[in-house]
Amino acid sequence: MLITRKKFLQISAGSIAGFALSNLWLPKLLEAASVKNGKGKLPIVWFQAQACSGCPVSFINTEYPGVDEILIEVITLEYNPVIMGATGDTAIGVLDRMVTEEKGKYVLVIDGSIPTEEEGLYCTVGEKDDQPITALSWIKSLGENAMAAVAVGSCAAWGGIPSAPPNPTGAVPASSIIKDKPVINIPGCPPHPDWMVGTIVNVLKYGIPELDDIGRPTMFFGGDKLIHDNCELRQYFDAGVFAKDFGQEGCLYELGCKGPVAHCDVSTRGWNSGVSWCNRSGGPCIGCTEPFFPGGTGSGLYEKLPAAEVPGLAKINANANTIGIALGGAVVAAIGAHAGARIIATKVKQKKDEEKREKGTPYILKEEDDK
Amino acid sequence: MANLITIDPITRIEGHLKIKVEVENGVVTNAYSSGEMFRGWEIILRDRSPIDAPPIAQRICGVCPMPHGIGSILSLDDAFNVKPPANGRIVRNLMLGAEFIHSHLLHFYHLSALDYVDITAILKYKGLDPKLIKIRDWVKSDVDAGSKSAGAPFLPRYKGDYIEDTDINIAAIANYIKALEMRRKAHEMLAIFAGKMPHAQTLFAGGVASRVTVDKIIAFKSRLTELRTFINNVYIPDVLAVASLYPNYFKIGRGVGNFMSYGGLPVDDSGKMYFTSGIYLGGNLEDFDSNNIAEFVKFSKYSSNTGLYPLKGETVPDAKKGGAYSWLKAPRYKGNVVEVGPLARAVITYLKNSDSSYKNLIDGALNSLGIKVDALISTMGRHAARALELKMLADNMDVWVDQLEPAKPAHTKFTIPKTSDGMGLTEAPRGSLGHWIAIDNFRIANYQAVVPTTWNGGPRDDNGNMGPFEQALIGAPIADPENPIEVGRIIRSFDPCLACAIHLVEGDKEILKFRVC
Repeated sequence: MLITRKKFLQISAGSIAGFALSNLWLPKLLEAASVKNGKGKLPIVWFQAQACSGCPVSFINTEYPGVDEILIEVITLEYNPVIMGATGDTAIGVLDRMVTEEKGKYVLVIDGSIPTEEEGLYCTVGEKDDQPITALSWIKSLGENAMAAVAVGSCAAWGGIPSAPPNPTGAVPASSIIKDKPVINIPGCPPHPDWMVGTIVNVLKYGIPELDDIGRPTMFFGGDKLIHDNCELRQYFDAGVFAKDFGQEGCLYELGCKGPVAHCDVSTRGWNSGVSWCNRSGGPCIGCTEPFFPGGTGSGLYEKLPAAEVPGLAKINANANTIGIALGGAVVAAIGAHAGARIIATKVKQKKDEEKREKGTPYILKEEDDK
Repeated sequence: MANLITIDPITRIEGHLKIKVEVENGVVTNAYSSGEMFRGWEIILRDRSPIDAPPIAQRICGVCPMPHGIGSILSLDDAFNVKPPANGRIVRNLMLGAEFIHSHLLHFYHLSALDYVDITAILKYKGLDPKLIKIRDWVKSDVDAGSKSAGAPFLPRYKGDYIEDTDINIAAIANYIKALEMRRKAHEMLAIFAGKMPHAQTLFAGGVASRVTVDKIIAFKSRLTELRTFINNVYIPDVLAVASLYPNYFKIGRGVGNFMSYGGLPVDDSGKMYFTSGIYLGGNLEDFDSNNIAEFVKFSKYSSNTGLYPLKGETVPDAKKGGAYSWLKAPRYKGNVVEVGPLARAVITYLKNSDSSYKNLIDGALNSLGIKVDALISTMGRHAARALELKMLADNMDVWVDQLEPAKPAHTKFTIPKTSDGMGLTEAPRGSLGHWIAIDNFRIANYQAVVPTTWNGGPRDDNGNMGPFEQALIGAPIADPENPIEVGRIIRSFDPCLACAIHLVEGDKEILKFRVC
C-alpha cells in the first residue's frame, strides 16, 4: 500500500523537529567554512551507503555552474568515493581526519539508505583491526561530528527502494541515524543537479533554505511545485484527453501518473540541460521525490492513483468520470459547471476531429467544427 | 613471508569493493575480491506488477541504469510475447549506445586516469587556457596555505610511477574537464528519448513510451556527431598514449583468459545482433548456451545450496557465514571461470571474425603500439578494447538514427499474462547481462539479474578457483606495499560495478524457461 504523506510524518516524527531552529546553526557553519584557507568554500564529505551512484552521477551532470567550477569555487570536496583520487587506507585516512581534526567544520552529504539489520553488516567501508567498519557506524560518527547533514536522493532521504517492503536489510534514511541535527532532504531518484547545487549554494550564500514539513527545500519541492499543476500535459487533462497506452498522446493520469501527488519542479526546469522531462517523454511520473516511492506490493508504479488516498484527487476523478459519462453521450445536459462544459466541448471537438482523420479529411482546426 | 595488504575501499568504481592481496618478494601470490554491500533488489521486486520491474531494476545501478532497463524490458517482451516496432527497437539501441558512450568516457577519464596522470603537473602550467589557469591557481593557493585539503578530491593519492611528461599530464587534465562535458552530452542525448538520466522514464515492454519525431532525431544526431569527433580525435588517442607509456601493463593483469559474450542490440527483426555472441573456453571457441551457467556460494555470504542454475533453489543471506568473504556469488560457465566486458567482446568478435571493420581497427591499434594480439589480454588491453569498441558502436549508431521513421509508432500494445516467464540477455558496457522474470497471478513471482561484475568480481567457487579479478592480480608486481597503486590499476581496468553485482534470489519458485533467444 501507499505510505501517505501523513503516515510518513507520523513514522518519522521527531527526526525533523529541529527544523525551526535550523538557521541558528548557520552562522557557525559559515564561520567554519570561512576559516578554510580564507575562502568561503563549504567543506563536504560525501559518503555512500546502500547507493547506486546515480546521485553523484546526476551531480556531475550540472551544466551551469560546471563541476570544475563547483569544486574550485563553491565546495571543498574532501571525500567522494566515485571521483576521489585516494583509495584504501589513503581514503579512510581522509574520513578519520574529518572526524578528529575537522569536527563541526564540514557538511556530511549522504546518498543511499543505511542498513541496520545484522549490526549493519550489509554495507561496510574499510577495516579496523581486521574487522569491517559498517556504513551505519561511519554515518553515526561522521554525522555526530558534522556541522550539518544533507541527504541526497530518495534512498538517503526516505529509505527509497532498499527500504521498500519487505525491506530485507532494515534500510533506513539518514534522518533515522542522525538525530542531533537537522537533515536537509533533497529527494529524487536521482535528484536534479540544480537541486543539489542550488541547496549547497543557498546554504553558503543566503542561509538554510526554507524547508517543508519533511525537510525538503520548498524552492524546489514546495506545495506550488506539484507536478500536476505545472505539467505541460495539463491541457490534455483539462480537455479530458487521456493516453490509454504508452506512446499515445494525452494526459498520463490513467497510465498511473503520480503527478497529482508528486512535488518537484522538473516539469518547468526540465532534465539533462532541459532536453526533456518525465511526462514529456511519455513515461508517467512515478513520484520518485516522495516518501511513498516506490511503495510496496499493490502500489503499482503505473496503476491509477487511488482517489481516496490523495487529497484533492476526488475532484480530478470526478472530472475524469464526468468526461467518461459525457462521452457516452448520456448526461451532457446535466453538466452545469463551466469547467465541465469546457472539457466536454473540447472532448466532443476532439472526437469529431478523430472521425475526420479516420475519414481522411485534412486535419484543420476551425471554429465552425464545433457547430 | 607474505605481506597481507587490504585495500578498502577501492574508490573510483561504482559501489563498495575490498581487495586483499598477499605479496611475496614484491609479487602478488594470493588475492581476495570482496563485494561489501547487499540490498536484496529481487526480493523487493517480488509480488509487484511485472511492469514495475524495468524502472526498479534499472535502479540497481546509477552509472549504467540503461542496460538493466533494457535487460528488464527484454525479459518482459519475452514473457508478454510482444515485439517492439522498428522504431522501438532502434530507440532502445540508441539509448543503450548512448549509455556506452557515457559510461566508457566516464570510466577512462574520471575513474581510471588518476591512476596514471599526475594531477600535480597542473602547478607547472604556463599556458593561457582560462580553465586550466583557474585550476592551477586553485591548487597552488591551497598548497601555499599548507591546506591538508589541497587538490581535494584528487589528492591525497598513492605515491607511484605517474606520467612524468608535463605536457601529456596537462593535456590529460584538460581532457578530464572536457570529458565531463562530453559524458554529460551523452546523457542529454539519451534523455531525448529517455526523459531523464540517470534512470530512464520510457522503458516498457513492446518498445518505448517516447514518440519518434524529427526534432528528437536531429537533437540526438547533432550530439552524436560531436561525441564521435571526441571519441575519434581525443579519447582513442588518449587511451593509446597512456598505453604506450605503460607497455608493462600489456603483460600485467592478464587474468583467466576465458571470455564470454551473450551478444546484444538487435539490428533487425530477425534476431541478428550487433554484438557477437560466443564463448572462448580453454582456447576453444564455442556457441553460448545459458543452460551452462551455475552459481556457487561456498565463499559467498549465503547459507544455501551451491552449484545451482541461477534461478533454482533457495538463497538466504548470512552476513556472518564462516569462511565467506563476499556478497557476490561465483557464477561459472560449465564450471569454468570466464571474463566478460569489452575485452571479451573484442576477443569473441576477433576470433569469430564477425565484424571485419572492428577486426581491422584492433589490428591497426596493435600495429601502432607494436604489440601482438595476445597482449590485448591484459590491463591495458581492456582499456584499448573499451575505446575501440566505442568508436565502432558510435559509428553504427549514426546509421541507426537515420533508420528512425518519424510519426511511426515506437510501442506495441501489450497485455500482462496471468502466468509466464521471460529472459532478457544483452551486453552492458561492463559485459554480459541477463534479467529473468517469472510471473504468477499477474505479479512478479521471481526475478533475477546475473550481471557483469558478478562474473568478473566474484569470489572463489567451491573448487577454490579464483574469480577473474583475483586471477588478474596473481603475479602482479607491487613496488611499494604502502602504496599498492598497481592493484587499483588492474582492478579498474575491468570497470567494476558493485551495486550491480550483488543479488539475491529467494527462489521457491523457479523460472522454467532459461534459453538463448
